[in-house]
Amino acid sequence: MGDSAITVEFGDSIDDAVNRRVFAFTDEVEHAAIAGITEFVPSYRSLLVQYDASAIGYEDLADRLLRLATSNHDYGKPGAQSRIILEIPVLYGGEFGPDLELVAKHAKLPMDEVIRIHSHQPYRVYMLGFSPGFPYLGGMDPRIACPRMKTPRTLVPAGSVGIAETQTGVYPNDSPGGWQLIGRTPVRLFNPLAEPPALARPGQFIQFIPVDKAGFQDIATAVDTGAYQPRVKEGAP
Amino acid sequence: MTEAVLKVLSPGARSLIQDMGRPGFQRFGVSISGAMDTEALLLGNRLAGNNVDAAGIEVLLGNAEFEFSHQAIFAVTGGDLAPTLDGKPVPAWQSLTAFPGERLMFGMASEGVRAYLCVAGGIATEPVLGSRSTHAGSRLGGLRGRPLEAGDELALGLADPDGEAASGLRVPASLLPVHADEFTVRVVRGPQEDSFNEAGVRTFYGSTYTVTERSDRQGLRLDGPLIEARGGRHDIVSDAVVAGSIQVPGDAMPIILMADRQTTGGYAKIAVAASIDRPLLAQAAPGARVRFVQTTVKEAQLAATTRRKALTETPLELAGEARELRLKIEGQTYRLRTGLRDGDVESGAVAVRIDGREATLVRVRRV
Repeated sequence: MGDSAITVEFGDSIDDAVNRRVFAFTDEVEHAAIAGITEFVPSYRSLLVQYDASAIGYEDLADRLLRLATSNHDYGKPGAQSRIILEIPVLYGGEFGPDLELVAKHAKLPMDEVIRIHSHQPYRVYMLGFSPGFPYLGGMDPRIACPRMKTPRTLVPAGSVGIAETQTGVYPNDSPGGWQLIGRTPVRLFNPLAEPPALARPGQFIQFIPVDKAGFQDIATAVDTGAYQPRVKEGAP
Repeated sequence: MTEAVLKVLSPGARSLIQDMGRPGFQRFGVSISGAMDTEALLLGNRLAGNNVDAAGIEVLLGNAEFEFSHQAIFAVTGGDLAPTLDGKPVPAWQSLTAFPGERLMFGMASEGVRAYLCVAGGIATEPVLGSRSTHAGSRLGGLRGRPLEAGDELALGLADPDGEAASGLRVPASLLPVHADEFTVRVVRGPQEDSFNEAGVRTFYGSTYTVTERSDRQGLRLDGPLIEARGGRHDIVSDAVVAGSIQVPGDAMPIILMADRQTTGGYAKIAVAASIDRPLLAQAAPGARVRFVQTTVKEAQLAATTRRKALTETPLELAGEARELRLKIEGQTYRLRTGLRDGDVESGAVAVRIDGREATLVRVRRV
């Protein structure tokens, strides 16, 4: 990948096993502490390794990465780690979820059923991208899948929860965007002053918890005063 | 004494606080951002006596104006935006002294599109995730995450901790970039070159592409012959991109990703621009014509390393009208490098008031 990075690919599809391999491999390369590596960018199906060519040669690094990638580890197998599930409260529909009706119509389901299906199960964070802290979540029930908007909105408010095809995600910041918006969370998924700055990390899970307007307000107030702690539970692998 | 600030009288088309960027957080979706023309910022910082990664101001296309509250050494580098100081032309790629109340104005761009203003001490806004760079798209860094506005007052850092900053220095001609309306960019083969058929790859390397108006700090959008993907499939499952990634979306026109790029992208990458040629791209105006020539990773790295060494190690030279004086005071020799402007000039440990041909010693600091 150009003159200062190497991409190690594990597949070319959105796939749970492939993504698990990516993150297990990322841990392993980080653990190997190879001098000259400056940054890792894991994504759905590959790991980008950025490096300083004056500290390590391309061939040397490529060789070491290849050896790590092909060595016989059982990483990436389900059951290796327990699941960390982050609970994200969402106020569905209304002004905060202006596209819920459209998604329901598209699915030929009542809106309540769309909410139930969307909040029914935890979603794996496949990667962060698009904007700071934006989690790409996989494994959404295809019954509530819906195409992107034909013309993206110029401003999607921070906290908006959206659907695009079979993906779902949360906009952590005000930004343009074309996903169908079904609700909003008062929780901040990105805070540059926090360590790490993103609340949800790849490999973890997010589960959406429906809340009513009063619940949303209470949490929003707690978030503003810094008193809010996101609920985290540990699930079975 | 009040704090030294640089006052923004007018930001012009767009003025942004930029340093060398915000690496290390791409895995959280945070763009690296930073100066588009990193070479110009680096050289500007050297002239101003700063660390090479200090923050300066990236001025797009001109019509911007700034005012110095205090005496300061500064330099303007990058594209030629016809800078003047209180109406007098400012030589670019050279360190100068500005006096309190003087106004630095940028006119119209005649070569390149981005100039860099580096002031001794650097712009001292609060860093966010380790950098002062402004990423306007995600409102990070700079001044409250936004482009500069008229009335902004930018605090300056402590100038010149080593006593080396001086006016009257310039970048040797051998290091200066050549900005042309037509240029060739070296590229390394991209990770999805095989997404394109043979004709598509041939078109890419055999054609001239024009930089369009829809280009910005995220990427240069090019116009030219269509680059066909196999089976018309330009989309891939998103993965990480780097500066210089050349992706070809469904409209079959290449986009070169630049400083404010998102961290991941979902289009096939036919090639990646070599690091050494990115500063040229940063200065490409709409209408500029680009051709691509293939190079290897090794050649690209060698070129980049050699260039980096030259940029950081080649000594700055005295500008034609500048001089270096040696002052002997109480048996100790002090070096004074200075341009020939009248007024108080500070260089290293020595401050001198220059009035025509007279130089009066104002102050000596023990070093």
